[in-house]
Amino acid sequence: MNQPIAIEAPLGATAERQAVVSSAGEAPGADWVIVTRGIKREYDMGGEIVRALRGVDLAIRRNEYVAIMGPSGSGKSTLMNVIGCLDTPNEGEYWLNGTRVSSMSDDALARVRNKEIGFVFQTFNLLPRATALHNVELPLVYAGVSADERKRRAREALSRVQLDGRMDHRPNELSGGQRQRVAIARALVNNPSILLADEPTGNLDSTTSEEIMRVFESLADQGQTVIMVTHEPDIAQHARRVVVLRDGLIASDDRRSAFVEKLGLS
Amino acid sequence: MPFLDAIRLALQQIWVQKLKSFFTLLGVMIGVTFLIAVVSIVGGMSRYMTEQLVGKIMAVNSFELRHRPNIDLGDHDDNYYRELRRRPRIKESDIEPVTSALPEGVLWAAVGNDNLSASSRYVAKPRLVLAFTVTDDYFTIKRMTPVSGRLFSPQEFARGMPVIVIGQDVANYFFPSLDPVGRELTIRGIPYQVVGVMEKQGSAFGISFDKFIVAPHKSPINRYVNAHGVIDAIMIQTPSREGMLSTMETVRQVMRARRGLRPSEPDNFSLETSDSALEFWNKIKSYLVIAGVALPAIGLVVGAIVIMNIMLVAVAERTREIGIRKSLGARRRDIMSQFLVESATLSTVGAALGVATGFAFAKLIAAVTPLPAAVELWSVFLGVGIGAGVGIVAGAYPASRASRLDPIIALRAE
Repeated sequence: MNQPIAIEAPLGATAERQAVVSSAGEAPGADWVIVTRGIKREYDMGGEIVRALRGVDLAIRRNEYVAIMGPSGSGKSTLMNVIGCLDTPNEGEYWLNGTRVSSMSDDALARVRNKEIGFVFQTFNLLPRATALHNVELPLVYAGVSADERKRRAREALSRVQLDGRMDHRPNELSGGQRQRVAIARALVNNPSILLADEPTGNLDSTTSEEIMRVFESLADQGQTVIMVTHEPDIAQHARRVVVLRDGLIASDDRRSAFVEKLGLS
Repeated sequence: MPFLDAIRLALQQIWVQKLKSFFTLLGVMIGVTFLIAVVSIVGGMSRYMTEQLVGKIMAVNSFELRHRPNIDLGDHDDNYYRELRRRPRIKESDIEPVTSALPEGVLWAAVGNDNLSASSRYVAKPRLVLAFTVTDDYFTIKRMTPVSGRLFSPQEFARGMPVIVIGQDVANYFFPSLDPVGRELTIRGIPYQVVGVMEKQGSAFGISFDKFIVAPHKSPINRYVNAHGVIDAIMIQTPSREGMLSTMETVRQVMRARRGLRPSEPDNFSLETSDSALEFWNKIKSYLVIAGVALPAIGLVVGAIVIMNIMLVAVAERTREIGIRKSLGARRRDIMSQFLVESATLSTVGAALGVATGFAFAKLIAAVTPLPAAVELWSVFLGVGIGAGVGIVAGAYPASRASRLDPIIALRAE
C-alpha cells in the first residue's frame, strides 16, 4: 500500500452488530443497510445437497466499504447473489435498507435490484451493441424514467467516472478499464443503496485494477456504501472492512488494519 | 421498456442480420403476398361483376320476363331442368297484354337474340354475329349510345326497316379501316344498312361484348331471331327499385292469368333481375374467399413456426443479455414484452413486404390475364394486422421462456 490510510472505516462496535443480527424478525434501524440473520442456502446438485451458506449473520452500516473474501467454494458468490437480490435464501432473514427482501417474489426482487443495488461484474456485462450512454441508461429504462431525464442522468454518471468523451462508443471500442468504469456508471445511475462488485478487477491488469480501486475509494469517500466480493487479498485490503467466508460461514470480520496485520503475519 | 424503444431495437436487430431476417420473414411474406393477391383479385372481380358485367347484361332497376333464367349457373337437379324444358315460351302475343298492364313511366322492350351469319363485300369470309331484334325503348333502358351515326328513328322501328347499329368488333371485322355508317351488311342473305356504331362495351373473362348487331323488332331478320312468334325476353325498367318489385308482381299476375295457373301451381316463366345474376357470383366468391384464405393460412403457419424457431435461437444467443437486463431490474413482463415486440416487429415487416409483393402480384395477374384486380386499402391493414398477430403468437413461447430465465444462470451464460 503506497497510499496512506486516511480514515479508519466507520465500523460499529461488535456488540452493536451482535445486537442487530440477533434480534430476529425485527426491522433494523435506519443506519443499517444490510442485515442478514442466519442465512442458509442449499442447492440440490443432482441428488447431492450442497450447503453453500450455513448460517451467515452480517450487518453493514450505511457508508461502509466492505470486502467479502474467501477461497472458491466458500459461499461468497452465493452470499453476493443473496445480497444482490438475485437469489433468495432457504432460511434466515435478509433486511435491505429496512425492507425484508428474503421472501419476495421475482418481480418484487427485480424492483429492489433496480432501485437499491448497483452491480459491477468481473466481465463488465455491458450490452455489446449499445453505446456507453445507452448501457448506463438501461437501469433508468426499467425504472420508467423519461428519455430526456435518462440521458441527462446517464451523462452525469459517466462524467463521474471520467468518461465524458466516450459516451457514444460501444464496449468493443473501449479499454478494459473504461468498460469497467461504464459498468460503475451504470451501477451508480439509479443512486442505489449499495454498490455491489463481484471480482471487479478479475479481468484487468494491475495498473487498471489500481485505477478502478481508486474509483471505488473516492465513491466510498463520497458516502457510497460499497460491497466488493473478491478472492484476492491485494484487492480486499483496499476496503475498510474485510469479511472472510469459509465453508459457508463467516470466519473473520475485521477492520482493514487488523486484516493487513494478519496478512503480514501469514 | 418503452414500446418505441423496443421497436427500434427490433428493427436494428433485423437490419444487422439482413439475410437471416429475410429468410425468417419469407414464410409470412409469402402467406401475406397470396392473401393480398387473392383479396385484390376477388375484390376486383367482385367490383367488375357488380359494376360492369351484370350492368352490361342487365340494366339498372330492370327485370326480364323469360321462359327460363338467362344467367343460371347454380347447381340444380334433373327435375329442375325437366321442368324448365316443359315451360311454354314467351310469345309475340304476350307483349301487348303484359306491357299494357305496366304503370306510367315504366320502359319496356321486347328482345330477341340469336347467332346469325353475316357478310360484307369488304371481307371474304362470313362470320357469326349476335343479332338482336328490339323494340323502341331498348337503347334507353340499356343506356347505349352510338359513337358514330345514329340510333333508329320511330318510323324505322314502326315499319321494320332493314337498318342496324353494330358493335365495335363487328365494325372492325366487316369494315376494316372504313367508316361503316351508310354501308351494307348482309345478314342471313338480307341486306341491312348500318346507321350507327355503338361505343365499346368491353369484355369480361376474355369474352367480348362487342360482337353484336341490333335491328328493329319488325325488321326482316325477325323471322330468324324470333321464329314462330317466340321472343326471348320482355325487358322492363322502372324508375326506382321499389317500383321494380311491385311491377314484377303485376307482370307475374298477368302471366299467371294468361297461362291459367292455379294458385297451387308454381310460375312457369322467370322474372330475372340483376340480383339473380349477382347471387350466383356471390356463391363463387364465397368459395374463392375460402380458398384464398385457406391457402395463405398454410404459409402463415409455416412462417409462424420459423419465427418461433428464430426467436428461440435469439433467446438462447442472448441469454447473457437477458441476465444483464434482469440484474438491472427488468421484470418478467419487461423481458416478455421485449421479445414479443421483437417477434411482432419481425413478422410485421415481413407482412408489409408481403403486402407490397401481393399488390405487385395482383397487378401482374391483372396485366397478363383477363382477371381484373382492385387494390383495397383495408387489405393493407388486414395484411399488417395478420403479420403482427402471427408475430405475437409465434413469439409468445420464446418470450415466456426468456422471461422465466434465472438471472444467476443467465449471467453465467456465454
